[in-house]
Amino acid sequence: MDLNIVWFVLIAVLWTGYFALDGFDLGVGILLPFLGKDDTKRRIILNTIGPHWDGNEVWLLTAGGATFAAFPGWYATLFSGFYFPLFLILIALILRGIAFEFRSKDENPHWRSLWDWCAFVGSLIPALLWGVAFANFVRGVPISADLQYAGGFWNLLNPFALLGGLVSLTGFTLYGAVFLSLKTTGDLLEKARKTAWRMWPVVVMVLIAYTVASYFATDVLAILGINPGVVPIGAVLALLASGWFIRNRREGWAFTLLALTVIFVMATIFIELFPNVLVSLGNPANNLTIYNVSSSPTTLRLMTIIAAIFVPVVLAYQGWSYWVFRKRISEKPEDIQALKY
Amino acid sequence: MDLVTLSRWQFAITCVYHFFFVPLTLGLSVLVAIMESIYVRTGNMVYKQMTQFWGKLFLINFGMGVVTGIVMEFQFGMNWSEYSRFVGDIFGAPLAIEALLAFFLESTFLGIWIFGWEKLSKKVHALTIWLVAIGSNLSALWILIANSFMQQPLGYKLVEGGSRAILEDFSQVVFNPNVWYQFPHVVFSGFTTAAIFVLGISTYHLLRKKSVDFFRKSVQIASVFGIVATLLVVLVGHSQAQHMVKTQPMKMAAAEALWRTADPASFSLLTIGNESELRDVFAIRIPGVLSFLAYNRFSGEVKGILDLQAEYEQTYGEGLSYIPPIAVSYWSFRVMVGAGMLMLLLIAILLFYVLKKKDLPRNRWTMLLPFMIALPYFANTAGWMLTELGRQPWVVFGLMRTEDAVSAVVQPGMVLTTLIIFTLLYGLLMAADIYLLVKYAKAGPQELQKRTVLVEEEKYYE
Repeated sequence: MDLNIVWFVLIAVLWTGYFALDGFDLGVGILLPFLGKDDTKRRIILNTIGPHWDGNEVWLLTAGGATFAAFPGWYATLFSGFYFPLFLILIALILRGIAFEFRSKDENPHWRSLWDWCAFVGSLIPALLWGVAFANFVRGVPISADLQYAGGFWNLLNPFALLGGLVSLTGFTLYGAVFLSLKTTGDLLEKARKTAWRMWPVVVMVLIAYTVASYFATDVLAILGINPGVVPIGAVLALLASGWFIRNRREGWAFTLLALTVIFVMATIFIELFPNVLVSLGNPANNLTIYNVSSSPTTLRLMTIIAAIFVPVVLAYQGWSYWVFRKRISEKPEDIQALKY
Repeated sequence: MDLVTLSRWQFAITCVYHFFFVPLTLGLSVLVAIMESIYVRTGNMVYKQMTQFWGKLFLINFGMGVVTGIVMEFQFGMNWSEYSRFVGDIFGAPLAIEALLAFFLESTFLGIWIFGWEKLSKKVHALTIWLVAIGSNLSALWILIANSFMQQPLGYKLVEGGSRAILEDFSQVVFNPNVWYQFPHVVFSGFTTAAIFVLGISTYHLLRKKSVDFFRKSVQIASVFGIVATLLVVLVGHSQAQHMVKTQPMKMAAAEALWRTADPASFSLLTIGNESELRDVFAIRIPGVLSFLAYNRFSGEVKGILDLQAEYEQTYGEGLSYIPPIAVSYWSFRVMVGAGMLMLLLIAILLFYVLKKKDLPRNRWTMLLPFMIALPYFANTAGWMLTELGRQPWVVFGLMRTEDAVSAVVQPGMVLTTLIIFTLLYGLLMAADIYLLVKYAKAGPQELQKRTVLVEEEKYYE
């Protein structure tokens, strides 16, 4: 396996890590106005992701940095081409991060509700737009002969991509609801369970619609064949199975299966892309591939060594942070106290 | 405005805004870690209070640095895609390493530190804030390794007809001498910023006789920490300037409004220049002092703007200007050094009172002390303006001009739109941030303690 492939896989891993982790905290942000009916509940909801959201978001930064380092041409074409969607995501992530930090630091109800709305909108926009972006990756976008993006903003909002956006939006909301049902007690727990159970069939339908649409909108049939293989089927099975566990109040299993769904969906997308990183719509000669936009072997070798050492270290201490905060958060004062910080 | 100008404005505004928050993060993380370590060692509750009070201010500041950091990373691809294509092979690596080694560390352990007071042992809890401090300062190291490549490109080779710079020797990128001047200068500026921040707020309370013990102890720690940091900033800054004379003489010439090569070279005390005609209108200069700054002796050649322009036309091609914006370089250099010296003086005075075990007198001069918090912000901003504007017209010195670095497919209207929205958003967030900082800084530690006690009582009766 050459290093270009290693880095394609590693970037796939980083994006998968980002969605598997930030996916649920985006979902929690989206659910905030619906489940958090009073101030204490909103604080509990935010507190479930409080220790983790920032660390989760670093996966995105690392995916961006790794793309820059390993495939500068991909980074350059993608980021300059997807200018407005990325701009909207940046604005959303700014509002969201600041909302988490600021909302509890003033008692004024207007102040709090302002930041709660920022947390909601700031979670909703990325949850929608990441799906739009990845659906466009597999569908293909207009690319010129010098490997630059040749479309506009509206090209990115085609029906297939919007359907992809719906997958990530509903999927992350479900994921967030299950995470909340794993971390809360009492009334909030019941509400989270109910929400998860209501969201689940929606996600199943949207994902099926997306899968069917992808046979028409992309060349998935040519790449994967009639029998798409174990990974895409695994994604569907994991999602279906999670419904059973949601119904039977086995949150731990439901959460694990949804995490697996995210992993399998991301794996499907990257298998479908390989060896391309950005598909040129209508003209395969202009595809960005892992070979025509990559860094030099020296850089790839260096980055491989660094990633091989530090990715496991990061996984270990992030895992530890989830272990430290494994307990459910109740409405007891000691749990609320941490929220004051 | 054209695409290059708009993209430069956007980059400048984002950078300056980002670096409003970062230096305090660099220094205050270390100060809070020191406070918590003293608490762990002595068990003295005042130090726990200090950790929590200054820690709270640290957190209000921290988030702003994080969210603007994401913009920093993304805008290389969004607005400067041709730059990214050209140097991605070299520049991308430190950025990725920064995320992997530093951002994960600081973000993950900060989350644990904030929420982990009740869940971890004292020692492990103190360890988490040290890891945050190490993470923050490591991120400064890697981003400055990346920036140093733009100031003094080393360890690369040009391929594909000069359209890409690729990595040849990573150790030369990391051990670029520029890194080892710039990194300590930036980090110790961050430490100075934090020291001044703590001293400013502490004097505000001490002059009003509020929480005297608490703030006296804060002044003790911050003044010792601050005097060491400030002295190091000055010393390293001096060496950095000497390095600059060798590697980027044009930047030094612009910072000194030195038109013609001179030996011995004079230091400008005040120059009013005509930038378009490249001449002095009015100037007071001290003979020999610039040579001294450059070589530690009162003679030695320092190159001038006009002679460097002629030299660069020979090397890099005729008909192009190689002169950075002179007035901005000149004044940002003076603001940085002036604010730095003033900070050194103020910290020394406060340290004097600490050592003499005397209270600050309350008069019209000392009442101004809390306003010293503004000084490091002027110095930090001016320092980066000199570094980045003084390098112009290059984005990578000698290799790529800024006008060739902008994105090929982005339209000026798009950059203008995002520039306006970013700027408005930054302004609003800055207002909210300052509101919170002032509120918590003025409230002092009692307020924080009252709340904690309240909650602990509730717990007790549960």
